[in-house]
Amino acid sequence: MTAFLTASLGFILVMLALGLVRILHGPRDADRMMAAQLIGSAGIASTLLLGAVNRSPATIDVAFTLGLLATFASIAFVKKGLSRLEVEDPGSAGDA
Amino acid sequence: MRLALDVLTIVAVSGGAFFFLAGTVGMLRFPDTLTRLHALTKADNLGVGLVVVGLLPQAAGPREAAELLCTWLLVLLSGSVVSQLVARTVFATDRLGDALARGPGPPR
Amino acid sequence: MSIQTALELVLAAVVLGLAAWAVAARETSAAVVGFIAYGLLIALVWVALGAVDVALAEAAIGGGLGGVLLLSAGARLRENEKRAAAERPGAGARLAAAALSAMVAAGLAVAVLRLPTPAPTLAPQAAANAAATGMGNPITNVLMAFRAMDTLLEKFVLLLGLVGVWSLAADRLWGGNPGPRHQADPLGLLAFLARLLAPIGVVVGIYVVWTGADHPGGAFQGGTVLAAMWLLTMMAGLTDTPPVSSLRLRLVLVAGPGVFLVVGLAGLLFGAAFLSYPAAYAKPLIVAIEVAMTLTVAATLTLLSAGAPEQRLER
Repeated sequence: MTAFLTASLGFILVMLALGLVRILHGPRDADRMMAAQLIGSAGIASTLLLGAVNRSPATIDVAFTLGLLATFASIAFVKKGLSRLEVEDPGSAGDA
Repeated sequence: MRLALDVLTIVAVSGGAFFFLAGTVGMLRFPDTLTRLHALTKADNLGVGLVVVGLLPQAAGPREAAELLCTWLLVLLSGSVVSQLVARTVFATDRLGDALARGPGPPR
Repeated sequence: MSIQTALELVLAAVVLGLAAWAVAARETSAAVVGFIAYGLLIALVWVALGAVDVALAEAAIGGGLGGVLLLSAGARLRENEKRAAAERPGAGARLAAAALSAMVAAGLAVAVLRLPTPAPTLAPQAAANAAATGMGNPITNVLMAFRAMDTLLEKFVLLLGLVGVWSLAADRLWGGNPGPRHQADPLGLLAFLARLLAPIGVVVGIYVVWTGADHPGGAFQGGTVLAAMWLLTMMAGLTDTPPVSSLRLRLVLVAGPGVFLVVGLAGLLFGAAFLSYPAAYAKPLIVAIEVAMTLTVAATLTLLSAGAPEQRLER
């Protein structure tokens, strides 16, 4: 069981890495905004699996905190993107 | 009983890993920012949900199981709203890009 | 090669790749995204190493707050970015910088790899003396009892940093609200998310502080989560930053180190030494200090991220 969980954890990490490569290459800032969201899902799954492998229930707290802060980072990205729109064309950013 | 729970874990976590694979393939192959965002949000959220279902039988007790479910609910909530926000930003950026590309036209 | 080793290699490769990206990226915003991703993933590394308290702190500070700080710094620098890019140093200077960084990294690696096994450590003594405070988390014991002096001084350093940031304000703006006023549709999506997420975050922050006594957690990690939630409501335009001249704010900022100092001096006057706790009251005193510290850390980190006063104080 531990070996299987470790293997699936490694697999999801590889998926995370591939996704990050694609996102960070994305030609626009809007693409890179997704990075925090990617970590918010794949990273949390990895953390939960790590917690099960190490048999440490406290890791679930880390996963929850990771989720909260990855969301916070995503919102910061979106605000920055929107404020840049405000600078270049006020009135087009509309409602957020 | 233990065997059945272990089988559930293996099946669910494998399903979750499969959805992560699908989401990543989508992100690598889709042509557009919005389609990539769609692949990321839908597939990866489902992957997290299946991984959580798979880890429930391995949880140390009912409290840890409840915490796992709460984590998944948080991912669901934040993922859905954040993807909407990112999509609107992309829309607004595209509209601005089109307007700039069209150049100054007759005053609106 | 065991599965465990393969996993560690994958994790290390991802983290190193992100670090390389953050250094090599051309645009500031791209580098900051890489840095935030790197901070969030280092938390995973800490979990893999068994240091869950550090993982909590890293996820909160390195990923969330540190990244947002860099984002706002990058936004303020945007006008100057073109000028700075034009002044890029020549290839010789960059090569020398790369060589110097590589030498420092190599020196650190050699030092770590040549540590004797088992590495010299005070952990057994710390674990043996856990009964002194009655708390189950050895990290909290070290932070709040055995090395309480360091923790106290850190809080003063945080305050000094905040005063430094505030001193960047223009004279006529002194006393006003830090940072720009954020505008957002109060019925919109961002306000909805902030209204829903902030209470959850506050509960999680308080929980992390409370559970730090016996399980991984603590005042710093909890305070950081609270700071992130306060910043979230500010970014959604639901509240404004408090004016820096507000007495209530200043009381909260001083509360943490203040309570710590009072308890320390009481230990000097009535006990054995500065910061010695009486055996019967150790845990309640430590909890009281942690509560005050959480409030201070939350307020300080929020204000550090908000910046210097930019809005004139309305009288």
